Amino acid sequence: MTTPLRIGFIPLCDAAALIVAVDKGFTAAEGLDVTLVREVSWSNVRDKLNIGLFDAAHLLAPVAIASSLGLGHVKVPIVAPFNLGLNGNAITVSPALHAAIMEEIEGDRFDPMVTALALSRVVAKRRKSGAEPLTFGMTFPFSTHNYQLRFWMAAGGVDPDEDVHLVVLPPPYMVDSLANGHVDAFCVGAPWNSVAVDLGIGHILHFVADILVSAVEKVLAVRQNWSEKNPDVVAALVRAHIRAAEFIEEPQNRPEAARILGAPERIGVDAEVIQRTLDGRLKIAPDGTMRESSRYLLVARENAARPDPVQAAWLYAQMVRWGQTALRPDALKTAMGVFRPDLYDAASGRLGQSTGASNPIGAFAGPAFDPNDIQGHLAAFKIGHWKP
Amino acid sequence: MLWMPCPVYEWSMSAESSPKIVIVDESPIRAAILQEGLREAGFTGVVHISEMQSLLARIYALDPDIIVIDLENPSRDVLEQMFQVSRAVRRPIAMFVDQSDAASIQASVEAGVSAYIVDGLKKERIKPILDLCVSRFNAFAKLQDELDRTKHALEERKVIDRAKGILMKLKGLTEDEAYVLMRSTAMREKKKIGEIAQSILTASELLK
Repeated sequence: MTTPLRIGFIPLCDAAALIVAVDKGFTAAEGLDVTLVREVSWSNVRDKLNIGLFDAAHLLAPVAIASSLGLGHVKVPIVAPFNLGLNGNAITVSPALHAAIMEEIEGDRFDPMVTALALSRVVAKRRKSGAEPLTFGMTFPFSTHNYQLRFWMAAGGVDPDEDVHLVVLPPPYMVDSLANGHVDAFCVGAPWNSVAVDLGIGHILHFVADILVSAVEKVLAVRQNWSEKNPDVVAALVRAHIRAAEFIEEPQNRPEAARILGAPERIGVDAEVIQRTLDGRLKIAPDGTMRESSRYLLVARENAARPDPVQAAWLYAQMVRWGQTALRPDALKTAMGVFRPDLYDAASGRLGQSTGASNPIGAFAGPAFDPNDIQGHLAAFKIGHWKP
Repeated sequence: MLWMPCPVYEWSMSAESSPKIVIVDESPIRAAILQEGLREAGFTGVVHISEMQSLLARIYALDPDIIVIDLENPSRDVLEQMFQVSRAVRRPIAMFVDQSDAASIQASVEAGVSAYIVDGLKKERIKPILDLCVSRFNAFAKLQDELDRTKHALEERKVIDRAKGILMKLKGLTEDEAYVLMRSTAMREKKKIGEIAQSILTASELLK
C-alpha cells in the first residue's frame, strides 16, 4: 500500500535532496506516493504546512523555529527530522557597490572581516556625501539570509537596522531588482547568484561558507503532531532523503541530479548552472573569474543531513540579537527541540554523530557559539537590538 | 428602515465603518471582482495595487487598515516584513487572523487569498471582509475554470473541423459522412472524438 503525500517546495538548489528523492524514485521505493507542489512564497509554504494542505515541506530553518514559537504568525509546532543541507547561499553585489568595496579593501577580499570593514567605510562615505543608504535584499524576515547578512555587516561596524535598508524580496525578483537598482546587493540561495553573474549585473562577494563554516539552511519540515501520528511515514521519508542526498554527493551522479533539478516544473533553470552549485565551482564575476569551495553546499557530507539542535539554538540567538523575540530559556528549549536528530537516527538505523567540532557554527567573528550561554554570547557583539 | 448613528461608537466611526483596504493582485479581473464586491458591501476605501515594485513603500503611503493579497503572488513574503518592528513601519500589523480562528485561515488559504490586518482593528469588523474575499476568490476560480473549459472545447471544435476537411478531401466524403466516420471510430476505439481528430491531423502532417 502506498501513502499519498503532498510536499511543498520553493524552486531552489537546496531543495535538491527532496526533489531527487521523489523524481529518482527513492520515495516510491519506500512506499510513498509523493506529489511535489511548487510554491511561490515562504508564507504560502508555511501556511499550507500549518493547516495540513501539505504533509511536509522544504522550509527555511528559521521559519520552522518561528512557527513553533508563534513568532510573526500562528503558533504551530514543527519538527525537522532531516536537514536539507548546510550553506548554499551567497552575497551578490552590484558592479557599482563591488567597485566601491574593492576601492576600500585592505587585505584578502575573500576574508569577510576585510569586506565588512570596507563596507563600513563605503557606508560612512555615502552618509557624508548625503547619498541614499544602501539597500540589501534578503528572502524573509525569519531567514538564514537575513541573519547571515546582518552577522557579516555588523562585524564590520554596520548596523543593519540603522545604516542600511534590509528588504525582503522573493528570490525570482532578486536579479531584476539588482539590475534596475532597487537593491545594491542581496543574499540568496542558488541559482540566483549565478544567474545575476551570468547576466553581467552582479559579483558574488561571498559564499556563506566564508561567514559561517556550517550554516543550516533549509529543513524537511513536518507538523509535530503529524509526525507523532505517522512515525513510519516520517522514517520512510527520511530514508528516501538520505539515499537522495548520498546520490547527489557522488560526483558521477551530478549531471543526472542537475538534470532532474533543472526540469521546468522543478527549479526550471539550466542544468549547467545547477551543477556549478552542486560542485561548488562558481563563476563569481561577469569577466568569468571562477571560485571553488568544497563547502559551498553540503548535502550529505560531514553529516550535513542530520539535524543539529546547536544550529537551531544559533538561529534562535539571531532572532534575539535582532529584536525579533526576547531571550527566554523555555523558548530556547522549544527552538532546539525543532531539530530532531533522534528521528533521523531512528530512520537511518545508524547512530549518527554530530560533527563533533567544538564550534559547529564556525562564525568568522565573535566567540565560539555556546547554546548554554546565549546571553554571554550575544553580549560579545557590539551591534545588536536586544535587551539582556 | 432608517439608519441611526449610534453615539456609543461615534468616537471611532469613520475608521470603524469603512476601513481602508488595499488589494494586491496582478490579475486586474480578479481585483475588479473583489473591489466591486467590497464596494457593494459598503466598503468604499478600496485601492488596487498591481505593480509589485516598491510594494512596501506604496502600501506605507496608502496606510491601509487591511491588505488583501492573492497566494499566487510571490510578493506575499514582502508583506511579512510588516510584522517586524522597524523604522519603516508606522503601524504594526497584527496576526493575519485570530490564532483561534483556524477555520478562517483554512478557508482563505484554500481560496488562494491572504489578508494582513493592522493592529487594533476589531475581529468582528474583519470577519465579513475576509468572508467576502474568500467567496469572491472562489467565484473567480470557478469563472476561470469555466473559461478554461470553454477554451478547450473551442480548440477541440477547430481540430475536429480540420480533420473533417482532410477526410472529405482524401476519401471524397460529405461533411456528415466524415463526422460519422470519426465518431464511429472513436466509439470503437473507446476514445474521444477530439483524440481521433488529432491523430488524423498528426497522420496527415507525417504523410505530407
